[in-house]
Amino acid sequence: MSTLLEVSGVSVTFDGFRAINNLSFQIGKAELRAIIGPNGAGKTTFMDIVTGKTRPDTGRVIWGDKSVSLLKMSEAQIARAGVGRKFQRPTVFEDQSVFDNLLLALKKDRGPFPVLFYRSSARDRERVEELAGEIGLADQLPRKSGELSHGQKQWLEIGMLLAQDPQLLLVDEPAAGMTLEEREHTTDLLVQAAKTRAVVVVEHDMEFVRRLNCKVTVLHEGAVLAEGGLDHVTANKDVIDVYLGR
Amino acid sequence: MTRSFFARHPSVLVFIACLAFFTLLVTILSEGLGIGVISTSFVKTLGKTLCLCLVAIAMDLVWGYAGILSLGHMAFFGLGGYMIGMWLMYERTRDIVVTSLADVEIPPTPQEISDAIGNQIFGVVGSSDFPAVWAFAPSLPAQLALVVLVPGLLALVFGWLAFRSRVTGVYLSILTQAMTLALALYLFQNDSGLRGNNGLSGLQNLPGADTIPQSLISLWFLWGSALALGLGYLLLAWVVSGKFGSVIRGIRDDEARVRFLGYSVEGYKLFVFVLTAVIAGIAGALYYPQAGIINPAELAPIASVYLAVWVAIGGRGRLYGAVIGAAFVSLVSTWFTSGQVPPVDLGFYTINWVDWWQVVLGLSFVLVTIYAPKGIAGLFDLAAGRFPPRRHGAALGPDDGALREKEAEE
Repeated sequence: MSTLLEVSGVSVTFDGFRAINNLSFQIGKAELRAIIGPNGAGKTTFMDIVTGKTRPDTGRVIWGDKSVSLLKMSEAQIARAGVGRKFQRPTVFEDQSVFDNLLLALKKDRGPFPVLFYRSSARDRERVEELAGEIGLADQLPRKSGELSHGQKQWLEIGMLLAQDPQLLLVDEPAAGMTLEEREHTTDLLVQAAKTRAVVVVEHDMEFVRRLNCKVTVLHEGAVLAEGGLDHVTANKDVIDVYLGR
Repeated sequence: MTRSFFARHPSVLVFIACLAFFTLLVTILSEGLGIGVISTSFVKTLGKTLCLCLVAIAMDLVWGYAGILSLGHMAFFGLGGYMIGMWLMYERTRDIVVTSLADVEIPPTPQEISDAIGNQIFGVVGSSDFPAVWAFAPSLPAQLALVVLVPGLLALVFGWLAFRSRVTGVYLSILTQAMTLALALYLFQNDSGLRGNNGLSGLQNLPGADTIPQSLISLWFLWGSALALGLGYLLLAWVVSGKFGSVIRGIRDDEARVRFLGYSVEGYKLFVFVLTAVIAGIAGALYYPQAGIINPAELAPIASVYLAVWVAIGGRGRLYGAVIGAAFVSLVSTWFTSGQVPPVDLGFYTINWVDWWQVVLGLSFVLVTIYAPKGIAGLFDLAAGRFPPRRHGAALGPDDGALREKEAEE
C-alpha cells in the first residue's frame, strides 16, 4: 500500500513544553486509523501540524504521490491539496442553511473571482442532495444549520468534509456528546468514507474505537507509544501504564 | 434557485423603487425644476445624504457581512472627494484667471496662466508652485480615474499588509483608525500640497457652468448620487447573494473554518476591503461637490466611527439597514446640529441640542447595541414575523441579513 501522508521526526515546542516529540506517523491511501492517547498527548497538535495551523520546529511532513512538503503551504493550500479537517466542537456556519453549508464545501474553484461569478448548476445541487442523503439530513436542507441538534451538526460537518472530496480526513472526536444511535451512524459514515480515502480519527472513547475496527496509534507525550490492532495495543504494558491503567 | 435575481431578492426591487420615487418627489418639490417647496440647500443635503448611504452600504459589506470593523472607510471617502476637488478647483480657477487676463494687451503665455492659477490656489499656504500631486489636475478623465485608483490602491496596500499578518478584530479596527488619522495629519500640513487645513473650496461651482443656477446643479448631483446609490446597491446585493456572500459571512462567523475549507481568507478580505474602498471613494467624489468644501478634518477618525454608528443603528448585515441608518441618523443629526430644535429649559440648566446631540447619539448607539442588535431594520423582521434561529446558547454574533432569510426560505 502506498503512503499518502508521511510525518517523520516532527517536534514542536510551546514555551518550553514539548507538545510533539520526534513523532513519526504514516497513513496509506484508503485506510482508517484511530489515534488515542491521554489528554496532552499531542493529538490535536498533530492535526494542527498536518493542516498547517502550527509549524513544527523540526521534521518533515510529506504528502501524496508527488511527495510535496506541507510545511511551506498555508492552511487553505493544504485544504485544497486534499486534507479535510473536522474540529472537536461542531463548527458549521450556523447562520446559513444546511444547503449553503454543503455548497460552500463542495469541491470547486476557491478563488474570489470564480466564486463571485459562481452560480450553482443542477449537478451541484444534485450532489448536495446526495451528500445530505448520506449524512441523513436530506429533509433538513433549507433549515438554518444553527437550528440542528448537536449530532446533526456533527454529521453536517462530516458531510462538508465529504463534499470537499479530500484524500485525507482528519476527524477530531466525532462522537463526543452523541447518543448511542447517533454514534452508530457516525461510525458507518467514517467506515464508508475510509473505503475510498484515508481517515484519521482522534477519539477518547474506547467503545467507539472498537466499533471502527481499525489500526490504532497510541500517542503519549508527543510520540507514538504503540501501534496495531486495538486488542494488540490494549495488551501493551506501556499503554496500560500511561493510559488505560489510570 | 432558478428564479431570477429580483424574484429571489424582492427587497432589492423595493429599494430601487423607493429610491426612484424619492428622487422624483424631490425633483418635483425642488426650486430648480419643480414647485419650489424644498430649498436648494436642502436638495443638496438630501443629495449628500444619498452619498452617505452609498458609503454606508460599503461599510455594511465590509463590517456587517465580512465582519471586518474598519474604522477608516471615511478616509477613502475623503480621498475620493480630494481627487475630484482638485480638478474642480483647478478648472474653476483657470476659468477665472483666463477671463481676467483676457483684457491684457499682450496675450499671456501658458506659463503665465499656470503661474497665475498656482498663485490663486496656493496663495493661502504661501506658495505658488504646483506640487507633483497636482500633475493630473487639468484633466477630468485622469482625476476621475484617480477617484477610483487612489482609494483602491491605498486599501490594497494597507489591506494586504494587515490581512497577511492576520490582524483581526479590535486590533484591525485600531490600525484602520491609525491609517485615517495619519492621513488626516499629513493632509493638515501645508507642504502636503493639498492646501493644508484650508482644504479645497468652491467645489460647488462647476467649471464652465457659471450660467446654470445652483438650484439646477443641485438636482444634477441628486440624480447622480441616486444613480450611484442604486447601482452600488444592485452590485453589492448581487455580490452578497451568491456563494461569495456565503463565503464572507462564513469568514465573519468562523474564519478558521473557512480557511480549512480551502478558501484563502486573506484574498477574500482584501477583495472586499478594496471594493468597498473604491465605492467609498466614488461616494466621496459625489458628496464634496455638493458640500462645496473639503478639508483634512473630514478624514478625522471620528467620521469613520460615525459611519459605523449609522450602520449599527440601521441594522448591519443587510444593505437596506445601512441605508436607513445613514439616512435617518445623518438627517436627524443635521436637524439637531443646525439649531432648529428648541432648547429645553430645565430651570437650573438649559439643554442646548447643538451641544447635547452627540450625547443623544452616543446613548442611542449604546441602547441599540444592547437592546436591538438588529437595528432599525430589525423592525422589518418583527413586521414579517421572522425570528432568528435558536442557537442553543451559542454567541449571537453579527445579526442576520434579510437576503439570507429569503435564501433560507427556498
